[in-house]
Amino acid sequence: MAQISLEHIDVTFKQKHQVSKAVQDVTLQIEKGDAYGIVGYSGAGKSTLVRVINHLQKPSAGKVIIDNKDIDKFSHAQIRQLRKNIGFIFQHFNLMNARTIEDNILYPMVGTKTSNEERKQRVQRLINLVGLNGKEKFYPAQLSGGQKQRVAIARALANNPQILISDEATSALDPKTTQAILQLLKKINKELGVTIVLITHEMDVVKSLCNKVAVMDTGKVVEKGSILEVFSNPKTQLTKDFIDTTNNVKEAVDTLSAQEHFVELSRNQQLFRLHYIGASAETPIIVDLYQKFGAISNIVYGNIEFISNVPLGNLIIEIDAEESTIKEIKEYLASKDVHLTNINLDQEKIRNSKEG
Amino acid sequence: MSSFLTHYLPNVMTMIPDFEQATIETLYMTFVTALIGGIIGLFIGVLLVLTGPEGISENISFYTVLDKIVNFFRAIPFIILLAVIAPFTRIIVGTAIGTTACIVPLVIAVIPFYARQVQNALLDVDSGIVESAQAMGSSTWGIVFRVYLKEGLPKIIRSSVVTLISLISLTAMAGTVAGGGLGNLAVMVGYQRYENDVTFVSLILILILVFVIQIIGDILARLTDHENAK
Repeated sequence: MAQISLEHIDVTFKQKHQVSKAVQDVTLQIEKGDAYGIVGYSGAGKSTLVRVINHLQKPSAGKVIIDNKDIDKFSHAQIRQLRKNIGFIFQHFNLMNARTIEDNILYPMVGTKTSNEERKQRVQRLINLVGLNGKEKFYPAQLSGGQKQRVAIARALANNPQILISDEATSALDPKTTQAILQLLKKINKELGVTIVLITHEMDVVKSLCNKVAVMDTGKVVEKGSILEVFSNPKTQLTKDFIDTTNNVKEAVDTLSAQEHFVELSRNQQLFRLHYIGASAETPIIVDLYQKFGAISNIVYGNIEFISNVPLGNLIIEIDAEESTIKEIKEYLASKDVHLTNINLDQEKIRNSKEG
Repeated sequence: MSSFLTHYLPNVMTMIPDFEQATIETLYMTFVTALIGGIIGLFIGVLLVLTGPEGISENISFYTVLDKIVNFFRAIPFIILLAVIAPFTRIIVGTAIGTTACIVPLVIAVIPFYARQVQNALLDVDSGIVESAQAMGSSTWGIVFRVYLKEGLPKIIRSSVVTLISLISLTAMAGTVAGGGLGNLAVMVGYQRYENDVTFVSLILILILVFVIQIIGDILARLTDHENAK
């Protein structure tokens, strides 16, 4: 049984005359030790969905089961107890300005049975963990954004939770600080075994931290699975768009469509996008195309990255060959598990101008 | 020195004990009212925030009623309030005139004023901080004491200063029902007997009181504000 199980969750907000469905029929299983990414544009319902886990938001329908317990049946006191054992970090940190760093980290331990001695030790250990030694007596206003998020993480871990929820925790930080915070979260996930549920609008964040991902759009989960499954074989256009933000293919196509040479290719030249996973990455494709079909191909753009230690390649190549040869090439590549798609820069241009 | 004062403040110098008495009365009315009205006003202000729109115990019908009551009492001019509630004052204190009797209308006037000030101060507390406290398992009253009142303290102190200062001006008006105090001295003696030096010295004493409250308030607000201080 999964550690967190969301079953057919609906969240509906009723305003005066209109009903908005923030979350619709979402079912997710999050296993112990997972780093589960939930990605989507703002307004997709991600924040509402994760707030259902600790009942900051009550679902309108559906079940939330944590460690085999149906939390809809919990009393107020039990919900509060549950919340103490689920860490939560926010985009804007939400530290208490009137308390020192030390007191902020102590706050979640108020009303728990932890002894004073143990509290002190824990604060020290957490401050060490997040790397803020010497800042104990500082107030949040005296820290940078990245440091504030470190305090928020330490505070979220104060009661040794088994689950940590991150609501766009890196979205207000610069890229370098984002990487540092993600490394810290990774350490917490791997070394302390804390399950992480992370929501973000940046696929890069998911790629560098998570082992599973769900993509949300207008309240629904449109795609979910292991990172490798989703990255190697995305099914919806939305997921493809998100993945393209991480591998620069879109930027490459944009750049190409601004260059006359590629827009006005001669009769036999065509641009293709090659997409391949794992073992296929070891096939010398370019050489094969020449030796088997006599087709001359030129790599215009290339990107190979490792997702969960499996290579994933994206190439844009220009092939100079007859239409009949292209057909044979397509069949050959399909047999090697390489996806070949035609890129039509004219259409890309039209699409871009529409989006713009 | 003494002859100088006698020359310029002839009436005041013969009335030193009256000034002492009036100052004590003003302080008495101000601080007893501030204590009773402050506690009740604070409580109502907290209730307005908790039950108001987006509040952590949102209850719009309760909020609407409370909100209307607060507006209603804030709308009554103090001088009329004094007269209107005289029968009620008589029930509580046994008399409708005198310094202690004045405290009843003063408290009733201060509660809605202060409640509104407290409400505004607390609404300024970042809702994200409140949400994070909920996420850490705090109860509603835990959030009131450990988050709202602690995070909102600098603003509450500033609001309290504003309330105290307007309270002092109300005590001056209370002189009309024989409430005593410096306001009474300035109007009943200084103004009506054309003893201008009495009015002037009463004013100076009231201003000193206001400035002292303002300075203490500013210092306390600065000491408790860790958000904007560097």
